[in-house]
Amino acid sequence: MGEAGFYFIQQLLNGITIGSTYALIAIGYTMVYGIIGMINFAHGEIYMIGSYVAFAVLAGLALMGVDSIALMLAAAFIISIIITSTYGFAVERVAYRPLRNSNRLIALISAIGMSIFLQNYVRIVQGSRDIAMPSLITGGWTFGPADEFNVTLSYMQVVIFIITFITMTLLTLFISKSRMGRACRACAEDLGMTRLLGINTNQVISLTFIIGAALAAVAGVLLGLYYGVINPYIGFLAGLKAFTAAVLGGIGSIPGAVLGGLILGVTEAFTAGYFSSEYKDVVAFSLLVLILLFRPSGILGKPEVEKV
Amino acid sequence: MNSQSSTTLRWFPAFMASGALLLLAVLMLGVQLSTENTELVVYLAASERWHLILAGAVLVFLVQLFRNPISAFWQGAKKHNPLPQVQLPSLDDNKPLKRLLISFAVAGLMVWPFFVSRGAVDLATLALIYVMLGLGLNVVVGLAGLLDLGYVGFYAVGAYSYALLSQYFGLDFWSCLLIGGVMAAFFGFILGFPVLRLRGDYLAIVTLGFGEIIRILLNNWTSITGGPNGISQIPKPTLFGLEFSRRAKEDGNVPFHEFFGIDYSSGYKVIFLYILALLLVLLTLYIINRLLRMPIGRAWEALREDDIACRSLGLNPTAIKLSAFTIGAAFAGFAGTFFAARQGFISPESFTFIESAIILAIVVLGGMGSQMGVILAAVIMTVLPEFAREFQEYRMLMFGLMMVLMMMWRPEGLMPMKRPHLTLKDHPSDKKDDASVNRQPIAESV
Repeated sequence: MGEAGFYFIQQLLNGITIGSTYALIAIGYTMVYGIIGMINFAHGEIYMIGSYVAFAVLAGLALMGVDSIALMLAAAFIISIIITSTYGFAVERVAYRPLRNSNRLIALISAIGMSIFLQNYVRIVQGSRDIAMPSLITGGWTFGPADEFNVTLSYMQVVIFIITFITMTLLTLFISKSRMGRACRACAEDLGMTRLLGINTNQVISLTFIIGAALAAVAGVLLGLYYGVINPYIGFLAGLKAFTAAVLGGIGSIPGAVLGGLILGVTEAFTAGYFSSEYKDVVAFSLLVLILLFRPSGILGKPEVEKV
Repeated sequence: MNSQSSTTLRWFPAFMASGALLLLAVLMLGVQLSTENTELVVYLAASERWHLILAGAVLVFLVQLFRNPISAFWQGAKKHNPLPQVQLPSLDDNKPLKRLLISFAVAGLMVWPFFVSRGAVDLATLALIYVMLGLGLNVVVGLAGLLDLGYVGFYAVGAYSYALLSQYFGLDFWSCLLIGGVMAAFFGFILGFPVLRLRGDYLAIVTLGFGEIIRILLNNWTSITGGPNGISQIPKPTLFGLEFSRRAKEDGNVPFHEFFGIDYSSGYKVIFLYILALLLVLLTLYIINRLLRMPIGRAWEALREDDIACRSLGLNPTAIKLSAFTIGAAFAGFAGTFFAARQGFISPESFTFIESAIILAIVVLGGMGSQMGVILAAVIMTVLPEFAREFQEYRMLMFGLMMVLMMMWRPEGLMPMKRPHLTLKDHPSDKKDDASVNRQPIAESV
């Protein structure tokens, strides 16, 4: 394998790293869309809040003199998930539930308003400048000959793979085995019928938002640690990318969101690696437009039938 | 969830709600993150913030606890004392009076700038740009019901068309006004052609992506657009070749003040720009109102109301949507060209998503579809921040909040659009006889 091969593998690894975090955020979009048919535009901001909470926890623990990385990570994940889920729950309760039965456009505008509100709330409270953190997990493995281009797999990337994998497995188990998961699937199938069968659909919808926000929090912690820099504006682009991933895989389908996230991540990494990193966002959005043109239902999605 | 008795105290929800509020606030409002010497540090926020959090929690607790009595009281108050319905006087059935009032208003707007300060005229010009953008987006969102989140992309196309054409080919404002509009319309057509088959919310995201693509391209195509540095020294518009500068830039040109033999004043330029913007807005209003009375305009609204019914009546939804999208884009192009000429400098900074969101907020606040509402909202949105400069920081926060609250309480906007309707005139005789028999439609108004 020559230098080109190593370069290729490196881009692939980087792509999968970013892609798996896109997948985590995309699941939040896809689950909400699957059940109430609405784009939760504020989801990207929820992810950004997850990052902020994690940074606050990590800094607080460092201040208290905790130096076990495992303990710090666990605390960051748990607290970030709790608080971010509360945000997800509150957003649904305040901005979406009163509009559940209104026009799609109205709910979407409310969601955009919520997104602008959350972004500026964090900007005002925490300031608009970048907040940086030295990397917590350093080092990695290097493969390849010493004098040529080497493939580096950092420990941080491994952590991202492992945590994403665990989270996805837990989610799949929850959706397919638990009682609440079954209720979720029933709601996605037919909300009105599920309500008739005596399931508290409001609770299920709240739960969907909470799960989505929790996954966004996981992504927020991971990406925050990976990049080491956060600001109040990261949620917008990440949300847009994750939505692209959800549409790419077929909105409403959880495996589709994962697949879409990975494809998008890898495409972006290759664009950045072989073409120009400035245009990677352009490629991502062009991918969205192309997918919507040629296969609006996405890779794994079911075509939607419009009813009178 | 809703308790039946009006006196039940809701202890559990009250505890839950204030607990949730505390959770939301503690690690966000309650702490302050910052980076010092590459170390991430976190402080407890100032004590005022903590007082605010606690006060908020107590307030939420009390409101939730006493929600049943409060809502019972509110219902009772409404029943005994219904709020007076505010109704604006209608001019529908008095066409000559309406025309007269409009001509007076326009004349007033034309004369007004000569008596006020430069700053006020400048602000009014900015407000007019937003009026134009709001009216254009209103065609797309309000009338045709297509949520376009990348409207600022067309605005950018218009602005950059003029800037680039004048920089590289020396074209003047007037020809570029047309070219800018046509370019934006062309972009609207090219983008709309494939994406307008998509359902509403997909369309929103695709247009959002398109707006971002335009901005990223402008930002990165440094060799032509100047990248983040933008383009400066864009020439100002001329009045039939008369420039508004102190000295003519080109040989053979006479500046405005010399031509008329008056003293030079920079105020003329500001007033000229204002009047130009006003004329453009009037033109926009005229065109849109004409279109609304044409089959195409009717079709926009019909399509918004019911897609499937429209299709079964033989209308081609894609063609109709495309026309609305293209026409809306054209107005953004005009506004963009004018914006570039007024500023003299443009950069991709001016064309971010937030700008799209502001224009959308104008349309939503005014009332989707309502032109008077959009004009009112555009003026409010531009003038209000000037009066509340100390709250500048909170401007976008308030925009976001307002969009959410408007959708909840008054989704039809400040001045809801008037549907075409039949007015029944009350005859004095109606009060004696059976009203339903004698009533007949008197006038149709739009």
